[in-house]
Amino acid sequence: MTDFMEQGILIGIIATGIRLAIPYLLAALGEMFTQRSGVYNLGLEGIMLMGAFFGFYVTFLTHSPMLGILAAIVAGALMGLLMAFVSVTLQAEQGISGIGLSMLGWGLSGLFFRLYVGGIQTIQGLQPWKLPVLGDIPILGLMLFDHNAIVYFAFLLVPVSWFVLFRTTWGLSVRAAGMTPQAVDTLGVSVTKIRYQCLLLGGMLAGLAGATLTVANTHMFADNITAGRGFIAIALVYFGRWSPWGILAGSLLFSMADSFQLWVQVLGINFPYELAVMLPYLVTIVALMISFGRVWPPAALGKPYERGVRG
Amino acid sequence: MILVCGGVASVKGKTLMVSFTALIGALLIGAIFILLAKSDPIRAYGVMLTGPFSSTFGLTETLVRTTPLLLTGLGIIISFRSGVLNIGGEGQILMGAIASAGVAVTFADMPGWVLFPLVLMSGALAGGIWGGIAGFLKAKMSVNEILSTVMLNQIAAQLYLLLIRGILIDPQEVAYGTGVPQTALTPSSVWLSRLIPGTRLNTGFILALVLAVLTYILLMRTTVGYRLRAVGAGPDAARYAGINVPFYMVLSMFLAGALAGLAGTVEVLGVHHRALEDISAGYGFSAIVAALFGRLHPIGIIPASILFGALILGADMMQRAVSIPAAIVMVIQGFVILFVVASDVFIRRPELLEQWKTWRRRKSGEVA
Repeated sequence: MTDFMEQGILIGIIATGIRLAIPYLLAALGEMFTQRSGVYNLGLEGIMLMGAFFGFYVTFLTHSPMLGILAAIVAGALMGLLMAFVSVTLQAEQGISGIGLSMLGWGLSGLFFRLYVGGIQTIQGLQPWKLPVLGDIPILGLMLFDHNAIVYFAFLLVPVSWFVLFRTTWGLSVRAAGMTPQAVDTLGVSVTKIRYQCLLLGGMLAGLAGATLTVANTHMFADNITAGRGFIAIALVYFGRWSPWGILAGSLLFSMADSFQLWVQVLGINFPYELAVMLPYLVTIVALMISFGRVWPPAALGKPYERGVRG
Repeated sequence: MILVCGGVASVKGKTLMVSFTALIGALLIGAIFILLAKSDPIRAYGVMLTGPFSSTFGLTETLVRTTPLLLTGLGIIISFRSGVLNIGGEGQILMGAIASAGVAVTFADMPGWVLFPLVLMSGALAGGIWGGIAGFLKAKMSVNEILSTVMLNQIAAQLYLLLIRGILIDPQEVAYGTGVPQTALTPSSVWLSRLIPGTRLNTGFILALVLAVLTYILLMRTTVGYRLRAVGAGPDAARYAGINVPFYMVLSMFLAGALAGLAGTVEVLGVHHRALEDISAGYGFSAIVAALFGRLHPIGIIPASILFGALILGADMMQRAVSIPAAIVMVIQGFVILFVVASDVFIRRPELLEQWKTWRRRKSGEVA
């Protein structure tokens, strides 16, 4: 009996953990491309909030989670382009621009929520989609193959990102733009264009990551629902050393800690709620400390590129 | 290298113009959202921009909001100028508030002249330590300070809640079973006196003004300030010059945290007389906007904090008068940051503006 219970809890923790990993994974993979091309997008939090709101709102209006997700991706793309205009075209200081973009996304999502929704509303969100055959495997099926479509997409994106980044010409240009932008320019490839493309991609993935929170996981929107997840995703890019596999490992490590603290609460184990909520943020700081000395960021990261000026 | 805004004091007139253009641009974009909400932007902004200045209540409440903005903003200036992008104001305010309230309540029997300085010091120290952690992590382990301060904000928020719901909760709240999460009332011997009776404006505002002048002297007129700015201008060059870079990074964050901690202390001793939920009220973020708007200058931030204090109060008034959510002030602030930081390129590289002007002239010439 107790064995059965414990097994159930373990399956629960892992299944929940996989679901919770998705917002981190999507946002961090996008940020990986952005940083690989040489731009810090510290506005990820704001982009995720916009994605979270528009995903929720359009689903609320149309009752179609797919349309909601699409809207979130478009909102993320627009925010990504705004960041690109400010940090690439106008060469603004990237850290401060990111703070501005985060505040903007926080303010806009909160404003729209109050104007157009008003109070707590729930939506019929994305439903789990049990894979045939694989989903019927005992235990493993429940843990791995009984999730919503975004989960499968996000996991598929890990090898795809790896392939794009390390095995395609475009991926080579992205990496070069973040290491020696002059060389890219010399070869007649526009650094500006590459960085715009990466910020656009990063924005779309962050928008999708935000929608995952509202459309797939909680089925509702609340002010500042991301609660720092955008910044955690950026930390995961460091922790994962700008590699898709490292980011996957980091995201899972994090979400398992998150899932564990949720289950501790669900099971009514006597542990202060506030300390449980604190856990992921503490883990982030520790993860950043561990990354110390092992990380080699792209050489031109954070530096605006000016044609004809020696870097 | 990091702080473009800091090194441009020579073009004061131009930077002032940039700041105000940024604000007007942000307000214009805000007007679009007011229109979207099917409201009249002129009426809404009328309330928001004149409300705070049209009564004693408005004026004093503006300055009540100015005080934490100014104190926290001074800290932001010290850290930004030292090359540390500190966005941990929220957490540092909370730590200062809870430490000062905790000490004041615990040692309530002490005579005021002992307790008052003790309370001020514990507030500043708690904020300073909280900021110093991020400084230490950056200096010794190259942990990105933006990320660490965001995490420390979240941790501080939970720690604060844990304390005001737990061991520091007002015994009366427990006795009556109401359970509102707040500490007991602090002894009146440590309260900051009210400058105008019947309003909430208190001597904390004077303290903030004095500290602005002291921050100016520290940054601009002392060796320590020179070294802090040198670290901000270029850590490598500073290291060659024999400056202990890690030490000054930690120091800048300690000072920044101490000032924000004092902001929390002033909220407790001058405004609420206890620590209660949501006491930081977003001041930690708005202070960044005020600091950038004031061009990271310890005197320039004084009018900037008054302006944003008025804007925050005005937004509340607007919410009540024409039911436009006060959240719009966050949108406006976000745009102000983006505009200020983006327009910097024209100050740093004036030739770009000239190029753009010629390009436009040529274009309009072609059309004509």
